[in-house]
Amino acid sequence: MKQPIKELNPKFLESTQNKEHLINYLLGVADNYLILGQRLGELCGHGPNLEPDIALTNISLDMLGQVRSFYQYIAQLRGDKSTEDDIAFLRKEREYKNVLLLEQPNTDFGYVIVRQFFFDVYNKMFLNALQQSADETLRALAFKGIKEASYHERFSGDWLKRLGDGTEESRSRVQEAVNDLWIYTDELFQTTTADDAMIEAGVAPDMSAFRDTYYEKVKELLTIATLDIPEVAYFQKGGKEGLHSEHMGFILTEMQYMQRAYPDSKW
Amino acid sequence: MIHNYNITQDLLNILESVMDPEIPVLNVVDLGVIRDVVVDGKDITIKLTPTYSGCPAMDVIGDDLERAFTALGYTTHIQLIMSPPWTTDWITDRGRKALEDYGIAAPLEESADKDVLLNEKKLVKCTNCGSKNTKLVSQFGSTACKAMFQCEDCLEPFDYFKCLK
Repeated sequence: MKQPIKELNPKFLESTQNKEHLINYLLGVADNYLILGQRLGELCGHGPNLEPDIALTNISLDMLGQVRSFYQYIAQLRGDKSTEDDIAFLRKEREYKNVLLLEQPNTDFGYVIVRQFFFDVYNKMFLNALQQSADETLRALAFKGIKEASYHERFSGDWLKRLGDGTEESRSRVQEAVNDLWIYTDELFQTTTADDAMIEAGVAPDMSAFRDTYYEKVKELLTIATLDIPEVAYFQKGGKEGLHSEHMGFILTEMQYMQRAYPDSKW
Repeated sequence: MIHNYNITQDLLNILESVMDPEIPVLNVVDLGVIRDVVVDGKDITIKLTPTYSGCPAMDVIGDDLERAFTALGYTTHIQLIMSPPWTTDWITDRGRKALEDYGIAAPLEESADKDVLLNEKKLVKCTNCGSKNTKLVSQFGSTACKAMFQCEDCLEPFDYFKCLK
């Protein structure tokens, strides 16, 4: 594990505002894993063939595993009776802070792979940087998560190359996905007030410093995959502030069904 | 990693009776997930390190441990320890042998593992005939910890336990 940039002052979390900011920051990170995990889970038994079906649900499981650790930490910080399940299943749409990219639907296998690749490249850089967080719990989670994230990036990157440099049909469809999803990539680097406070405290890495490297890496692979790099003047954002696309309500309806229909049900 | 818990043989026997639910030949001690066991009268605290973050077996292992010790009149506490994270190096030699006998190839060293999974080198030994003429079928397998292989000599399909470090 890497050394923290600076150690957190033990009194840091005694301030209600700091704690509130940390919780909101963590939700922003964790909700990404939850919503992507849920999207990938929808593909269980519906993959184009057995191998990617197993792979995508394996990745979904990794995402849900990550999110549990984050939600458990949030529940611990809150110190009330809330549990990881409450945080996952009992919030309203506006309270979720995931980026818009990850709630986009599984339109076809091309979209699934492009969405995954755009996130995996970011996620690997993020977890790498988070290993230097001033917060000990986050360092441990990052160290654990990065091993899985590297494997995911390998999978989505390989498929992107295969589809882009594949048949005319696969290329045109994956190009369409790239064009459609590109406008959601910049949001990964936007920060909220809570994020800024945590960057300041050394708890969160400043991801804006990685923006250029991110686009370089993504463009490099798109080029290898013989795909065109989209040019857009406008990037869509809102998810991190709780302003979601029309798809989000449908995801939550399905995801929260059991807890809403049978409150407090347990395995 | 040397497993040295400050507990009686009786309690160690109970620990070793709890199996990984998805690999029922591998007990939790050999899997290397038990960090520490603290006994205080009839109170027992078991410190557990999860393998893969999303592995559903971890919840079952926690429940099974609790059941096993509660049956003996202990109040059981399961505590999750995230750091340092679990690695496949913590699987004991006895555990590796149990895996192989069960038909799952034990994890290779980190660099060899990369060569196998990413560069398609032939290093994994077939659990059926011992040949190294084996090929990667899928990077992902039936559980998060495994990849799928097939022997090109005896044609046996088998699982390979991926190296995690």
